Amino acid sequence: MAEPAPRPWVSAVIAAAVLGIFAVIGASLVGLSYEGTAERIAQNEKQALLDQLNAILPSAEYDNQLLHDYFDLQARPELGAEQTRAYRARKAGAPVAVILSPVVAKGYNGGITLVVGIRADGSLAGVRALSQKETPGLGDKIDIQKSNWILGFNGKSLDNPSEDKWKVRRDGGDFDQFTGATITPRGVVAAVHKALVYYQANKDKLFNTESIYREPEHG
Amino acid sequence: MAEIDYKRIAVDGLWRNNQALVALLGLCPLMAVTNTLVNGLGLGLATTSVLLMSNVTISGIRHWVRAEVRLPVFVMIIASFVTAVELVMNAFFYDLYKILGIFIPLIVTNCTIIGRAEAFASRNPVGASAMDAIFMGLGSTMVLSILGGMRELIGQGTLFSGASLLFGHAASAIELSLGDNYQGLLLAILPPGAFIGLGFLIALKNIIDKRASKAAEKTPAAVPAEAAS
Repeated sequence: MAEPAPRPWVSAVIAAAVLGIFAVIGASLVGLSYEGTAERIAQNEKQALLDQLNAILPSAEYDNQLLHDYFDLQARPELGAEQTRAYRARKAGAPVAVILSPVVAKGYNGGITLVVGIRADGSLAGVRALSQKETPGLGDKIDIQKSNWILGFNGKSLDNPSEDKWKVRRDGGDFDQFTGATITPRGVVAAVHKALVYYQANKDKLFNTESIYREPEHG
Repeated sequence: MAEIDYKRIAVDGLWRNNQALVALLGLCPLMAVTNTLVNGLGLGLATTSVLLMSNVTISGIRHWVRAEVRLPVFVMIIASFVTAVELVMNAFFYDLYKILGIFIPLIVTNCTIIGRAEAFASRNPVGASAMDAIFMGLGSTMVLSILGGMRELIGQGTLFSGASLLFGHAASAIELSLGDNYQGLLLAILPPGAFIGLGFLIALKNIIDKRASKAAEKTPAAVPAEAAS
């Protein structure tokens, strides 16, 4: 400032007040935008989740509220994640399928997050990669947007192929690897197989555990 | 300020002082999201809208904010607008929001925005600051889109892929592909592709500038081209 302030703290207080006013204005702006968009964002997230689950299990195959029928389980040794959510699909009350999310596979470059859908008869409804950091152009072919490889799991079960064929071809199994990337498909195949084994052993628990979904309080 | 030279502001933003090609600001998002044209365009438009709001606001309050606290105030204003834009994108362009991810909140750290606030908006009237924001933003968006388009075309052999994320389902018609036989050049999609691509764009701009200045030297009496149209 050019002219000397009468008391040094006066200018400091004014500066602080200006800063404070703008903090309040800024916070109000953020608060208002949050208020205005929160509902729609929650709707988007719910829809995205439902789309993701329906890509694995078509909505015609079940008649319950898939997003309202789930519980959380801890099975790190089997499913690779600290906590996995199990969504249950039912038709007329009878179990149709369970969708496990996430199941974590060991990738070339850290964990690969998978969603694994398993039908009540123990066959795979489908598998999708949710997030992965595999090498672009090589390991990222597990992504449905890059290639159809992941669809190869559809309909497979513990007996189809047999136990010793649940490997990539290079290891003597039935599943294709990609040119230049073996570690990624190997990890995914192993994780899906483990999930199937887990399902087989915990089938009753998966379908019968009570849902932890609660209706939101406000209307 | 009596007369505002809008043409000068436009030429500065789009070309002479292009934030990406000349000032080399905001390179972090530029490198990270320009793997497709639509991603580049989406982030460019988000950045432009933040820039417009922050420039107009900062210009509007420029007489009331004391010099000692102006930077914290600018940062607070910019951060608020970025958060608002992030929420709006999350609500209305959900898929694009998911792709751009962390780079939307990171617009806060884009030096272009605080740079224009400090260098232009805090010294110029609201109208001029708005123009400055629009053209600086468009200049950056242009570079982001061109670089994204280049990398997408060379890297995966498509153009406008994901256009429906930004413009709705009707736009999927403009998504082009070189055909399934094109294997793609991985380098273009990976981060080095962004550096190399940007390098070529800067070189191209310098060549054009050099040609133009040579031409101007040869015919000093010629009427400036900008007089036309």
